[in-house]
Amino acid sequence: MAQKKSPTPVRELLFGNLWEFDPSPESASPNIDPRYDLFINGKTVVPRSGKYFASTSPRNGKKLADIAEAGAADVEAAYVAASQAFPKWSRLPGAERGKYLFRIARLLQDRSREFAVAETLDGGKPIRESRDFDVPMAAAHFFYFAGWADKLDYLAAGRKAVPLGVIGQVIPWNFPLLMLAWKIAPALAGGNTVVLKPAETTSITAMKFVSILHAAGLPPGVVNIVTGASETGSAVIRHPGAAKIAFTGSTAVGKEIQRATAGTGKRLTLELGGKAANIVFEDAPIDQAVEGIVNGIFFNQGHVCCAGSRLLLQESVADAVLRRLKLRVQQLRVGDPLDKNTDLGAINSPQQLRKIQALVKCGVHEGADLYQPEVNLPKKGWYFPPTIFSNVSMSHQIAREEIFGPILSVLTFRTAEEALEKANNTRFGLSAGVWTDKGSRILKMSGALKSGVVWANTYNKFDPASPFGGYKESGFGREGGKHGLLEYLQLT
Amino acid sequence: MTTSASHRLRSLLDEVGTVDQTGIEERVQKYATRSVKKHSKVFGLKLAVSMVDLTTLEGKDTPGKVLSLCQKAVHPHEDAAIPSVAAVCVYPSMVKHARRHLSGSAVRIASVATAFPSGQTPLATRLKEVRSAVGDGADEIDMVINRGAFLAGELDLVQDEISAVREACGKATLKVILETSELETYDNIRLASFLAMRVLRAGDFIKTSTGKTSANATLANNQVMLDAIRDHYFQTGVEIAMKPAGGIRAAKQAITFLVAVKETLGDRWLNNTRYRFGASSLLNDLILQLEKERTGRYQAPYALSEASGNY
Repeated sequence: MAQKKSPTPVRELLFGNLWEFDPSPESASPNIDPRYDLFINGKTVVPRSGKYFASTSPRNGKKLADIAEAGAADVEAAYVAASQAFPKWSRLPGAERGKYLFRIARLLQDRSREFAVAETLDGGKPIRESRDFDVPMAAAHFFYFAGWADKLDYLAAGRKAVPLGVIGQVIPWNFPLLMLAWKIAPALAGGNTVVLKPAETTSITAMKFVSILHAAGLPPGVVNIVTGASETGSAVIRHPGAAKIAFTGSTAVGKEIQRATAGTGKRLTLELGGKAANIVFEDAPIDQAVEGIVNGIFFNQGHVCCAGSRLLLQESVADAVLRRLKLRVQQLRVGDPLDKNTDLGAINSPQQLRKIQALVKCGVHEGADLYQPEVNLPKKGWYFPPTIFSNVSMSHQIAREEIFGPILSVLTFRTAEEALEKANNTRFGLSAGVWTDKGSRILKMSGALKSGVVWANTYNKFDPASPFGGYKESGFGREGGKHGLLEYLQLT
Repeated sequence: MTTSASHRLRSLLDEVGTVDQTGIEERVQKYATRSVKKHSKVFGLKLAVSMVDLTTLEGKDTPGKVLSLCQKAVHPHEDAAIPSVAAVCVYPSMVKHARRHLSGSAVRIASVATAFPSGQTPLATRLKEVRSAVGDGADEIDMVINRGAFLAGELDLVQDEISAVREACGKATLKVILETSELETYDNIRLASFLAMRVLRAGDFIKTSTGKTSANATLANNQVMLDAIRDHYFQTGVEIAMKPAGGIRAAKQAITFLVAVKETLGDRWLNNTRYRFGASSLLNDLILQLEKERTGRYQAPYALSEASGNY
């Protein structure tokens, strides 16, 4: 493309209000109870402390339900139940365990609309995503690992795979039900029992999941769910009864957990933060790259550990890509997550919103160019417009810190070597994207990028059969696929 | 394809850029998830009616058939709130009959010339056909490109022929049919779009298909061409119009195509000087849905006048 600096007339497209869409809210009932207790030994039980905290919807700030706060005594009871259930569950023939998991998967599919609405109300993500991604993907993980349950002997040739025992699992708020599935399905398929703690702002679908466990007839104590904040999480992690801890969340907390488990003999897998580079070469199909950039950073409001939050553009196409990206972002519909046309929903919590606001302020202060399309944000609830920072350099804070919001930092590069250098110049290493028409370049880049996942000419694609996990401060251990299953087994 | 042919295609591709198949097919799926209800649905349906090129292209067409088509084009339904369609589209021999019925109405007459649908006659013959259709009163000419020449890498020939037809059109609007199913790849569709657009005038169209092959307009083909129109507009300032044709039979499909226009080219393309549907049975489904929105009930199929063949 010729790069002449002659004054060309501005040719703008008009995206006005000629054809506005009417509101189209999803109408299925989420069936949310006014109060949720703990789930221990197959029963819902009141927390010993008698304490509850409110769960509010980021959509409008309204309270959805009271959630039980589990104390140390409740966590103790959960571990006792899990360890009592372990001998029988682990000795069950694999095919029998598989039956329970298949049943859970099917029940989740049967009630997918209800779960999608509950997930959207509780977490703020657009109904389009909870309906088309979160819930079906959660069911897919149960289906996938159900299939493995009777095939553990074939995981490694000539070796036997035995379960570890009780697994303590702590999951984040960005994909509440899906992360529950990522954790519970492989643990159970391998014959382990589980004590799981959902994130405090998003416990509702985990507690609704209890009704699915009941319907599936899962034996008591195999899955125990304790809700609460960081103290509850700490009790789950520090409990001596845990054979392994699996954690997904922030790098800061991950480091604490690693310290707490050091020397205890507990196995540990951590899936932490990221600051992924999405690299667009000059021969990339531009419109599809733009689509991938949008999927990469604005999926789930950017509350994604593998979000493509650093966009690296080859200088020769930087202007062309940026122009089309801005047009595309204008088409994103920001607002009520329950509306079927919403692309960008609510920010999960006021704390997260404040963090995003602070980092955006910092980006402006550091001199990056801010672009936000005109959007009418709802008056109530927590929202933030899609934001693109261009002219960002590697020393900017917005290029180094994980923002975990709908904020894209755009940098440029000249050669593949420079792109690689910039992409790997981060303390994280979870994911990366490469956009090019050239197959050999894809292979070269994917081998040299220090990240657990590299997507080529696509972004944010997941499959239960594909292992997922990080390098460096993005954590260790893999989830999904055979690799994910092996994290829950001991080979003898 | 010979090596030199693929080389010529490749060098133009380097200039205009490629299309990723998986990516574009995924993109257009999102248009289908847009939920268009209530007022926005009625607006979209009426807009779609006003964009229809009501078509009959059959060996058995008669002046009588064309008369009934013209009547339906002007008054698609007894409800006067439903607008006229944009144009009727007929074979050149039927243009003069259509002209008799449509003089004084806003409905335009489009004619498929240039040895439609194959285009396999000498250029002189094709140009003569165009001039005769225009002379009989056609407002718009739908031509087919020389796909054989395109696939043989003779890109200049393809472009020169389009130029020649444009000259022969005089003041008539030109629609250039790429016949996407015979070009086979999205890359080729993008290339052919640029070849055509570079010799077209503002307000001329690029069009997907003849409707005479197995595969016709798809959302993805439509998107490749909309993206090309946008890029050409950015480069030159010339606004090219778009016409998907064939295979769009349901109102819901038409709405989805319009969502693609809204989100790719914006409001200035949401009218029948910039976007058309080449269709016949689509019109009845649009009316059916509009009547359902107005009365709350679906009408029986026989409540609507006949569809005009399968296009």
